Amino acid sequence: MRCITTGANRIANRIMVTAAICGGLLFAVACGGSGSSSGGSTVTTTPSNNVLAISVNAGPNGDYANGAFASVTVCVPSTTTCQTIDDVLVDTGSSGLRILSSVLTAALPQQKASDGNAVVECLPFVSGYTWGPVQTADIELSGEKASSVPIQVISGSDFPVPTACANFGSSQDTLSALGANGILGVGTMAQDCGQGCESPSPIYWECPASGCVEAGESLALQVQNPVALFSTDNNGVIIELPAVSGPEATLSGSLIFGIGTQSNNALNGATVYPVDVNGNFITTYNSQQYNQSFIDSGSNGFYFLDSSSTGIPVCSDANYFYCPSTTQNLSASNAGSTGTPSGTVTFSVANADNLFNNSPNDNVFGQLGGPNSLSGFDWGLPFFYGRNVFTAIQGQHTPGGIGPYWAY
Amino acid sequence: MSFFSVTAFSANALRGNRNVPRGNERRMLQCHIQSYTGATSGAAKSGRWAVILYVAMLTISLPAFAGLGEDVSSVQADQAHMQGSLRTTQTQAYTLHEIQAPSGIVVREFVSPTGKVFGVAWQGPWPPDMRQILAGYFGQYQQAAQAQVNSHAGRKPLVIDQPGLVVQSGGHMRSFTGRAYIPEMLPQGVSAEAIR
Repeated sequence: MRCITTGANRIANRIMVTAAICGGLLFAVACGGSGSSSGGSTVTTTPSNNVLAISVNAGPNGDYANGAFASVTVCVPSTTTCQTIDDVLVDTGSSGLRILSSVLTAALPQQKASDGNAVVECLPFVSGYTWGPVQTADIELSGEKASSVPIQVISGSDFPVPTACANFGSSQDTLSALGANGILGVGTMAQDCGQGCESPSPIYWECPASGCVEAGESLALQVQNPVALFSTDNNGVIIELPAVSGPEATLSGSLIFGIGTQSNNALNGATVYPVDVNGNFITTYNSQQYNQSFIDSGSNGFYFLDSSSTGIPVCSDANYFYCPSTTQNLSASNAGSTGTPSGTVTFSVANADNLFNNSPNDNVFGQLGGPNSLSGFDWGLPFFYGRNVFTAIQGQHTPGGIGPYWAY
Repeated sequence: MSFFSVTAFSANALRGNRNVPRGNERRMLQCHIQSYTGATSGAAKSGRWAVILYVAMLTISLPAFAGLGEDVSSVQADQAHMQGSLRTTQTQAYTLHEIQAPSGIVVREFVSPTGKVFGVAWQGPWPPDMRQILAGYFGQYQQAAQAQVNSHAGRKPLVIDQPGLVVQSGGHMRSFTGRAYIPEMLPQGVSAEAIR
């Protein structure tokens, strides 16, 4: 929110904003809005409320481990017809908002291609895909707003899933498969697919009555990272979650918008790790370098390599988690995609069966890990516990340089 | 217009006997159509359409199944399906066929001395057509993936380790990687680590 205020209103606004940012520390000098004088009038830019509460909890299915959820408000563009949707997964590993059609009541307009046909998206994940129309919404997150943003409405299409989409694997179009009412993708990229989808691909489809065909979509019409479309605080996000010592039921934290744009989102000496065009950096483990590593709040553990390369056994009943006989205290180093800078990360992987069996009512597990493809490390939500992680969006200027990067 | 009837006929004819995604069929056919847009009208035109149709049928009359567990000849079908370029490397224990698609997807197929595809690996901005490269194992893959999603809520890489099929798949939009292999088909002296 950018306001021009004078006199009493300005003071009232300052008190409100100061209270919002400083949590009650009224009139703290470091937390004021910035002001400038010109001529006889004073123009003040008051910062927006840029803090969205997030909570690690069981999610809408009641069984999610290490999922960070937030409430998202979507509105029919340029109207006050809005709906707040709870339990949306906060995901720095993807870009764009996706909402399950089953929880969406606001009638959002369908995005159409230049020929008038509906645009529908098939978004692949490692274990499957979501299929649904691209619709536009105004998105409100805390005090920030992005207008007419293309989003994906999962499973909201009357069109059958095309073969090339179904061939990605299994459908994740239901609440039980997704474990969330939607996904808020606030990653390093401004769109979900980018240049690769400007040519026809199995990702974007245009659907005349005769059936859907693969179509190229311009960058502006692809599903967008809403943060990049805010009028302020639009260069990235921070996820702040406290450290944990053992399993816990819930964990409260913040998704803060902007990097170095307000007093509450300065880098404060965090190390900036540049990311390549595909959204990866380098992790080195046991002297082996893995160039397709990434930080992803939407993954729910430390996922890396496999049993034969780590020596850590997987669980006999769930081979996608590690089950060491004693908790493994490990170390790796992360580096920017060009090799610099680099810094050591220590992390622990406990026996997943013991974690779940000993703490059946908990949902926060800072030592959950499992195998990955051999190409790299997937630093999931446990990486964020006790660490403020900055995600800067591609092409956006920040005090730490131009995105994309991660900093912590 | 004949354009539409040819496209429709070919696509329908293909759908019956091949597991090629419809979108790609159309793209493949459109390529042929575009390369003949200089055609004149009348008899010459319909003659050319016959040629186009013939060429199109030839292009897709490769083995019905391709990929994991299939014959080496299926590599060509995968190459045609991906509209990719093929590079073949011979090692002592196996032959590596690397298919590079215009989309940036790279699929590597590992072929044993007996001529069978025992492993596949991939990377790219989105996953390859998994039905194409896993061939007869696609159903098993699909079921196992669904089971993993259902059994422990939480987004994570996909790991399948069953008798007869191993799959590891990870990454995110713009950067997917993975591999699949059949343990008992690994040629002597080849470790699973080689498949990547």
